[in-house]
Amino acid sequence: MQNKLSKNIFFIPYVLWIALFVIAPILLILYYSFFDIEGNLSLVNYQKFFTPVYLKMTLSSFWYAFLITAISLLVAYPTALLLTKTKHKQLWLLLIIVPSWINLLLKAYAFIGIFGTYGVANGFLEVIGIGSQQILFTDFSFIFVSVYIFIPFMILPIFNALDELNPTLLDAANDLGASRWMTFRRVIFPLTLDGVKTGCQVVFIPALSLFMLTRLIAGNRVITLGTAIEQHFLVTQDWGMGSTIAVFLIIIMFLIMFVTGNRKQGV
Amino acid sequence: MSNKLSPLSKAFLVLIFLILYAPIFFLVFYSFNSGGTMYDFKGFTMEWYRELFNDTRLLIIVLNTLVIALLSALIATIIGVIGAIGIRSFTSSKAKNTVLSLNNVLIVSPDVIIGASFLILFTMAGIKLGFYSVLLSHIAFSIPIVVLLVLPKLQEMSPTLIDAARDLGASRWDVLTKVVLPYILPGIFAGFFMALTYSLDDFAVTFFVTGNGFSTLSVEIYSLARRGISLNINALSTLLFVVTLLLVIVYYFITQRVRQTGMGGKR
Repeated sequence: MQNKLSKNIFFIPYVLWIALFVIAPILLILYYSFFDIEGNLSLVNYQKFFTPVYLKMTLSSFWYAFLITAISLLVAYPTALLLTKTKHKQLWLLLIIVPSWINLLLKAYAFIGIFGTYGVANGFLEVIGIGSQQILFTDFSFIFVSVYIFIPFMILPIFNALDELNPTLLDAANDLGASRWMTFRRVIFPLTLDGVKTGCQVVFIPALSLFMLTRLIAGNRVITLGTAIEQHFLVTQDWGMGSTIAVFLIIIMFLIMFVTGNRKQGV
Repeated sequence: MSNKLSPLSKAFLVLIFLILYAPIFFLVFYSFNSGGTMYDFKGFTMEWYRELFNDTRLLIIVLNTLVIALLSALIATIIGVIGAIGIRSFTSSKAKNTVLSLNNVLIVSPDVIIGASFLILFTMAGIKLGFYSVLLSHIAFSIPIVVLLVLPKLQEMSPTLIDAARDLGASRWDVLTKVVLPYILPGIFAGFFMALTYSLDDFAVTFFVTGNGFSTLSVEIYSLARRGISLNINALSTLLFVVTLLLVIVYYFITQRVRQTGMGGKR
C-alpha cells in the first residue's frame, strides 16, 4: 500500500496536467459558450450560430478545407509513391520535411513577396503574355499557400504506409497478370489507405482553423472557423460567441477523427 | 514494377522540390537586395543583416523565444516521461486507452482552440498574460508528444530487465535511474527535440496567450508581416533557415548513429 501511494504521488504532475490543461480548457470553452457578450447566461450564441451568416461561413470554411485537402492529396500521393522508388529515399524524405520546419509565417511572408503586384509570379505572367493580375488576397493565393504548407504533412504518412508495403504483393499482382493501373487500384491504394486517412486528418483539421494565413494571404476575404474564433476572442472580445464556434469546431474535429479513425490506437 | 524512375517521374519530383524550396530561397536571395523591396534586385548589400544585429528589441525577442523553448522542452520532457511511465504501469487496457486518448487531445486540437481555451483558463486563474502564461502553454502542448515518443521505447523494454534488477536488490529508485531511464534515453532525446521544435514553431497558441509586453519571434514576424514587406524579415529568415538546416543535419546524424547501434526503433 505504501508503495502504491508513493507511486501515485510520483504521477501527480502528469495527472495534474491532464486535469488542468486537457479537461479544464474544454469544459471552460463549453461553459463560456452559454454566456452572451454582457455576461448573462443564455443560448443566444447557439441561436446566432444557426443563422445564415454563420452557417454560410462554416460551409465555406469546410469547402476551402476540402479543396486544400484534396489538392494536397493529389500532389502528395504521386510524390510519396515516386519517393519510395528513389535510391536514398530516407534522405529525400528528410529534404521534403525540411521546409515544414521553417516557420509557417516566414513562408507566408515569402508568398506576400512572390504574389505581390510587382512580384515574381506577376513578372512571369507578363512574360508569357497574360499580363499582370491581382494574385494576392484572392481565393487562389489562399489555397495555393495552404497546399504549399500542408504538403509535407500529407506526404509523410503516405510515404510511411507505402514504405511498409510488402513488395512481394506487387510481384504477386504482376505475376497474376494485373496491369500497373490495376495493381495500383486494387493492391497499393487499399493497403495504404490508413496513411491517406492520417494525412487527410492532419491537413483537414488545421485547414479549418488557420487564421494567420487568411489574414496575411487572403486579406480577410476568406473567413474560416479559425479566423472567426480569433476575431471573437481577440478583436471583438465576444468570448461567448468565440467559444460557441470553438465548440462546433471541436465537435467537427471529433467527427473527422471518427470517420478517418485509425484503428491502430493504443500504440 | 520497374524500379527505374521514368524521366517524367523525375521531372515531377524535381518540380515538387523546386516549389517547396523556391519561396525559401526567394527570401534568402532578396535579403541581400539593396533596393529594399522583394522585386527588382538592385545590388548586393549586407545592410539588412547589420540592421538586424543592431535591433536590440528584436534580439531580446530572440532570447525570449530561446528561453521559452528550452525551459518548456525541459519541463515538458520531465512530465512527459513521468506520464509515459505511469501509462505503461497501467494493467487494464481500458484505462490505458482512456488516458492515451486524453493525452492525444492536445495533439489533434487545432491551435486556435488550444489558444482560446488557455486564454480563458489563464484569465480565470488570474495568471497575468506574459512570460509565464506563454511558458505554461508551451509546456502544456509539448507534453503529449513527449509521451508518444517515450512510450514505444518503454513498451519495447522487456519487463524481465526490471525483475532482474529487483531480484539483485535494486531499490525502486535504482531501477528507475539505472535501468529504465538509460534504456529509454533515445526516446527522451527525441521527445525533448520535438518539444523544442514545437515551441520554436508555435505561433497561434502564443498569439492568444501573450500579453502586450511579451513577444516571441513568431508573433513578432506576424506583426511585422502584417505591416508589409521589410527586408529585415528576409535577413532574419535566412539566419533561421541556416539554423534549421544545422539542426536537421545534427538530428540526421544522431538518428543514423542511434540506428547503427541498434538502439532506435526503425521508422
